[in-house]
Amino acid sequence: MGLRSKDILALQEMTWEDMQLILDTADSLREIISRPIKKVPTLRGKTIVTFFHEPSTRTRTSFEIAAKYMSADTASITASTSALTKGETLKDTAYSLEAMGVDCLIMRHGVSGSCHFLARHVNGSVINAGDGTHEHPTQGLLDMMTIRRHKGRLAGLKVAIVGDVLHSRVARSNIWGLTQAGAEVVLAGPATLLPEQMPGLTVPAYTSIEDALRDADVVYVLRLQRERQAKGLLPSLAEYARNYSINRVRLALAKPDALLMHPGPMNRGVEISSEVADGERSLIVEQVTNGVAVRMAILYLLLGGAA
Amino acid sequence: MASQVKATIMDPEGVRRALFRIAHEIIERNQGVADLVLVGIRRRGVPLAGRLQAIIREIEGREVPLGILDITLYRDDLTSRLEQPLVRGTEIPFSIQRRTVVLVDDVLYTGRTVRAALDALMDLGRPQQIQLAVLIDRGHRELPVRADYVGKNVPTSRREEVSVRLEEIDGEDMVVIEQLPHDVEVDADGAA
Repeated sequence: MGLRSKDILALQEMTWEDMQLILDTADSLREIISRPIKKVPTLRGKTIVTFFHEPSTRTRTSFEIAAKYMSADTASITASTSALTKGETLKDTAYSLEAMGVDCLIMRHGVSGSCHFLARHVNGSVINAGDGTHEHPTQGLLDMMTIRRHKGRLAGLKVAIVGDVLHSRVARSNIWGLTQAGAEVVLAGPATLLPEQMPGLTVPAYTSIEDALRDADVVYVLRLQRERQAKGLLPSLAEYARNYSINRVRLALAKPDALLMHPGPMNRGVEISSEVADGERSLIVEQVTNGVAVRMAILYLLLGGAA
Repeated sequence: MASQVKATIMDPEGVRRALFRIAHEIIERNQGVADLVLVGIRRRGVPLAGRLQAIIREIEGREVPLGILDITLYRDDLTSRLEQPLVRGTEIPFSIQRRTVVLVDDVLYTGRTVRAALDALMDLGRPQQIQLAVLIDRGHRELPVRADYVGKNVPTSRREEVSVRLEEIDGEDMVVIEQLPHDVEVDADGAA
């Protein structure tokens, strides 16, 4: 038993068997998060570095907490305080970290493919915590875990991913993961925020949100990435909210027992209304808990066995 | 694995009688079952703990809480095993604080599984007492561990494997000794 690769880079490259192993392990480990003593000794003596070139609260904290619950040691580097500002290349930074005995590098970077580049140059494990607009595999896995815990399965479910698909690495990881799991994925958003096509995949995309939501088992709302807009893709936030915000009326188009999810951080009143975000169908808080469990599982599977 | 059965140690009746006696010993030694909880170690300790619970219910008319312990995360051989063990999870939905925990497993061998189980339990709280019940004690301890309740003591060689088969998992109740191929030695208390 074990994962096929030393790295977690993209769900596009991961087999469904490996995803299932991660999800099953995460389901088993989740109980540790609610214990009075939240620590198991499994990864004693392993060292993990988080290396973030873009801002993050939840993903980075989630990885660090997951590592600590498993008894690994952690250190963190932010791009703005690292030697990268002195002109050091990514490769040289990685070599230095490896020379210090780091077992696993967790990186977020603005350039798509940067984690693949890193993984080719180090012997230790690399985990992609988000690379450009490419993928965010651990987010995809935690979302799959959340859906599976509530629906008992993924195959045959209809998942509507709505909003700023174009800029979303979260959407990409979810699309690759969910389709491999046998779910039906549909996209919805303004034409300017839908990708033209995704190589190797045909997923229906609608500009009318109503069409996408009909009979959906899961409504997955994406964050409108205001920091990546700037190119006049949207007339105004108000107009976006009017046509695409998920509120009580639109959520009612999905199945009566549909789940509502969002990767965070939310722009309340833009892509999602507070009423539904805090409502009874919302799993947004549970997604965060499951994120810790999925990352504990990945760290165990990558670092917890024979070297 | 190409191993062959050398001897049968217990038949279904033998398993039933041993568990019945152990249940009586547990009740006698603890003067009832008031503060008692049963925790089965995955995998075959779990159905055994379930059966002890049922026998105690018959004798005392009381339901003793039953938990499941997965010791995978506490193993001392994770980095030396070729195959990474699956984590199946601990399910102890009650507090073990100040309770008497009876830990249940099928075979006591090196004692390493029990060591891991003790650490795992301590992380869940501070029991008043931990006792150990096993169906088979086959010797060859590598740690200072002993059982409080033993179904049967069976002298073995390291070249042999004690295989406990249970109805719930294997479709039959049976304990047999198997001879391993010459170049193989059993490590630890068998696989998790």
